Amino acid sequence: MGILSSSIARKVAMALSALFLIFFLLMHVTINLISVCSAETFNMVSHFMGTNPIIQFVMQPVLIFGVVFHFVLGFVLEIKNRKAVGIKYAKNNGAANSTWTSRNMIYSGLVILAFIVLHFIDFWFPEINTKYILGDMSGLHDGEFRYYHELVEKFHSPIRVGAYVVAFVLLALHLLHGFQSAFQSMGMNNKYSKCVKNFGKWYAILIPLLFIFIALFHHFNH
Amino acid sequence: MNLTLKIWRQKGPDVKGKLVDYKVNDISEHMSFLEMMDVLNEQLVNSGDEPVAFDHDCREGICGMCSLYINGEAHGPDRAITTCQLHMRSFKDGDTIYIEPWRAAAFPVIKDLVVDRMAFERIQQAGGFVSVNTSGNTQDANSLPISKHAADEAMDAAACIGCGACVATCKNSSAMLFVGAKVSQYALLPQGQVEAADRVKNMVAQMDLEGFGNCTNTGACEIECPKGISLSNIARMNREYLSASLKG
Repeated sequence: MGILSSSIARKVAMALSALFLIFFLLMHVTINLISVCSAETFNMVSHFMGTNPIIQFVMQPVLIFGVVFHFVLGFVLEIKNRKAVGIKYAKNNGAANSTWTSRNMIYSGLVILAFIVLHFIDFWFPEINTKYILGDMSGLHDGEFRYYHELVEKFHSPIRVGAYVVAFVLLALHLLHGFQSAFQSMGMNNKYSKCVKNFGKWYAILIPLLFIFIALFHHFNH
Repeated sequence: MNLTLKIWRQKGPDVKGKLVDYKVNDISEHMSFLEMMDVLNEQLVNSGDEPVAFDHDCREGICGMCSLYINGEAHGPDRAITTCQLHMRSFKDGDTIYIEPWRAAAFPVIKDLVVDRMAFERIQQAGGFVSVNTSGNTQDANSLPISKHAADEAMDAAACIGCGACVATCKNSSAMLFVGAKVSQYALLPQGQVEAADRVKNMVAQMDLEGFGNCTNTGACEIECPKGISLSNIARMNREYLSASLKG
């Protein structure tokens, strides 16, 4: 795997892509929160994000690469690690020395991956279809911006809202270990590590909670 | 106390093993775990059976020979001790105890509970040393001032006895706590800094070659380490490796 042939290089690459995605979550939730406050502003911001060439043709491909890279490397590491373990213990008390979240990153990651597929089907594919296949860059539907209406419509179904809630709970669990783990992988373990851990815990709970709040808000208000 | 033991028996490296049940009676709570194993082996020898092979040497927690995965934990349920320091008072009368060898593809079973830990030796040989000219012109150690903090951290890292509990307990069979400790004990001292870049690159390359897994920072190794080696040693190794790789 070239530059990723060393275990530490893989660890750092995993951490870097994780930190990038962690930052993206903050940006995403901030934009989504606008939908709770003002439909008009949400439409404006969405139209800007959806039509700005730097965001569309530079940031978006970088983001997609980051997501795919993080998942692919995660699976590669899982396969390598399973090979390194060999025969399993008849009795293994993992809970005695590590958290459930740290031991099950692959499973929380798989749920997040399933959610991203649903999220792409819900929003990304129709958006790409409208803009780049049908060629409609106006962002309008019946003379009005369509973004807020499309968002609200998606949260009508209680099953979909339930799926979103479950996925974000798993995202919280993934971040609870992943946030501080990324810093350790980057070689940071000093007097500020406790602060990073605490901040990471708040971040891991707050960001998914805000996403859940937004889904529930639109479900119960429309 | 009377106990049921479920022990991994395997005649050789290429033979399939299995858990076998044994009963041991009248075990004193003051016995060490290995003394209890001695009682079992005496019982087996007296009845004409093959005794259970297990590693041990100093029996005072310093050589790193004793291993054993006891009831799902490396060196048993207690903290900061090796198996030879584990006492039977940690168990109750009537308990069933699982006793398994370290599990990792890089630590193949030789016989019963004995595993081959030569992979650690080969990692050490790849860079876990300082090249010092001992021809009589050796510099006086006291001429190199070392801060108390650095000396303490190097000493803490050097406390690693290479028992392999970190690998055994890691869900990925990663050896990064061991290698991190060995890299750190030299990286923190001026004598070790001359060869620091080559050392970390060579030791990590050998670690990967031996087939150990990738660390995912669960922290289980730090909890189960009999010598309390800190995860900060893994972070230091990561920094040393990154810095060495960027310098070329």
